Amino acid sequence: MSAARTLFEKLWDAHQVRADSERAPALLYIDLHLVHEVTSPQAFAELAARGLKVRRPERHKATLDHSTPTTPPGPGGERAWTTPQAKAQVDALRANCAAQGIELFDWGGGRRGIVHVVGPELGLTQPGMTIVCGDSHTATHGAFGALAFGIGSSEVGHVMATQCLLQRKPKTMAITVEGRLPAGCSAKDLILHIIGRIGVAGGTGHVIEYRGEAIEALSMEERMTVCNMSIEAGARAGLVGVDETTVEWLRGRERVPQGEAFDAAARIWHQWRSDEGARFDAEVRIDATEVRPTLTWGTHPGQVVAVDAALPAAAPETVGALSYMGFEGGAAIAGQPVDVVFVGSCTNGRLSDLREMASVLRGRRVHPRVRMLVVPGSDAVKRDAEAEGIDRIVRESGAEWREPGCSMCIAMNGDTVKPGQLAVSTSNRNFEGRQGKGARTVLASPASAAAAAVAGCIADPRPYLTDPASAGAVSSEEAFA
Amino acid sequence: MTPFRTLESSIACLPRVNIDTDQIIPARFLTTTTREGLGHHAFHDWRYDEQGATRADFVLNRPEHREARILVAGRNFGCGSSREHAPWALLDAGVRVVISSEIADIFRNNALKNGLLPIVLPDAVVDTLLAQPGLRLQVDVAKRRVYWPDGEHVTFPLDAFAQTCLLEGVDELGYLLAQDADITAFETAREARHAA
Ligand code: SF4
Repeated sequence: MSAARTLFEKLWDAHQVRADSERAPALLYIDLHLVHEVTSPQAFAELAARGLKVRRPERHKATLDHSTPTTPPGPGGERAWTTPQAKAQVDALRANCAAQGIELFDWGGGRRGIVHVVGPELGLTQPGMTIVCGDSHTATHGAFGALAFGIGSSEVGHVMATQCLLQRKPKTMAITVEGRLPAGCSAKDLILHIIGRIGVAGGTGHVIEYRGEAIEALSMEERMTVCNMSIEAGARAGLVGVDETTVEWLRGRERVPQGEAFDAAARIWHQWRSDEGARFDAEVRIDATEVRPTLTWGTHPGQVVAVDAALPAAAPETVGALSYMGFEGGAAIAGQPVDVVFVGSCTNGRLSDLREMASVLRGRRVHPRVRMLVVPGSDAVKRDAEAEGIDRIVRESGAEWREPGCSMCIAMNGDTVKPGQLAVSTSNRNFEGRQGKGARTVLASPASAAAAAVAGCIADPRPYLTDPASAGAVSSEEAFA
Repeated sequence: MTPFRTLESSIACLPRVNIDTDQIIPARFLTTTTREGLGHHAFHDWRYDEQGATRADFVLNRPEHREARILVAGRNFGCGSSREHAPWALLDAGVRVVISSEIADIFRNNALKNGLLPIVLPDAVVDTLLAQPGLRLQVDVAKRRVYWPDGEHVTFPLDAFAQTCLLEGVDELGYLLAQDADITAFETAREARHAA
């Protein structure tokens, strides 16, 4: 009998072309490479300069997401590019994919969207794979028991040319979340709570496996939200072991095996779990019952506060962030006035997130002070949301319903927060200027974002999550008072 | 890649912690399709004011730091996005070495692939450096040492493979392409297993 292994070790062993040694890092085989317009042009250029072809084009899939406009095209199909370079970048990806035989999820095909939303929903992301992308939130795919991590553009070129990467073996960390999340708290609240606990560098050098009762109870969408933000704790990747939830979510997806072949694949997928008694290099325990709706107050994702708690007092390590955010140390976070609300991104741009937002928005109006932008994560999410009437709820509330893309998460497509404005955002980074120069970002769950939109200020989403028609719920007017 | 063996330079200091890649190169400058010319935008929102004028008070804008090739920064440098534009921008701005007490994984990887040397030193050492902008240091890649003007030195950790790549100017893609036989053997064995 071989020793008990962690999920990470199983994934690593299965993809090791050569083990690492003192002299050279391991050679790791990559099953799936996801490509987008921003981090790929330099890699394609490198290949072209050396006269190289992509080794296994079928293992590379491309999409347009980061710099694409989210307003619908004009009557002649023209798009509202923020700069000519943004268009040039997209044109370059089209030409590069055509030249190298890579499938591109382009406009009009119904499969386009944010790279980390599209991979799972098409069933390209499967348990047991190694998955990379020139984007640090590739960790999202780890929710399926796949080893998925972000790489730079040089490595994008490496994996295109050789299907391999040179990697030093990271360490493992188990984050065990015991108990159940309280009502009104979501996966976003949980991961913000976790990063607040371990810190933005708490996972550096590690691959985190999330486990325990609370994780098992999460849907696949929620597990993706948790894994997505692993990088915000400094970790290389996040993982969740495969169970029935994983398998049932994948059943019938476009790119998974169908019928009996699916059941055969699923039997193999179930092995992608840590063995009983496997040892991790580090272990952290989190009590899910302590989680409350959680938001960031500062300029990195580790600076978090529960919605009903006070901001930290001014101190040497908080004063810079407090002053950038325009917050007074020790004040309440709830009630801080809000200018912009953004719901979308690979963290919270899936159908379940839009449903959570809609359950707050339904029958209510966005506060007149607030501009609210809702950007579905993909064509499929948009289609499904419209079939349920979520677009109507959004429009009737006074918010904008947009075309899929990264949008205000990274603010490189023209969707930006103006200098000094405060945005409550369901994305994953609240760095200075992330959503536009001088923009101030508060990260939150879709429910908290929608509650802020209605209240016009940071607000506890829990009272809004009940049906507004029922007694005890908060109406817009009361919230304004 | 050109070999990187030794370097002598004064240091420029950014005494902030958690400097993320969005600060090193803001996303709105990422619509480029080349690696070149990003130096002008390095730390853009700290270096220039709203009108685009150079902020005289920002450390990297001070004339005495123009020639600095070594950047010393607070803990957890380079966290956040995987954009390789961050090391490209620093290199284009003349930086060859970054010293911090913690450097984020992806940034470190990206930096090494471009001949930018990330050096991790203990907090206490970094703190003393941060208090001495303009200090001249010598970096020796073969010895993995940083020398002070008086000859004192500290040793820094550096992966043996990364060290060879720096010293010999090894191009990693070339190295990987040379592994083709092993990669093909792996693919063949795996396909045979799956077919079984
Ligand atoms: S939504 Fe944001 S974090 Fe996700 S891939 Fe796009 S830019 Fe990156």
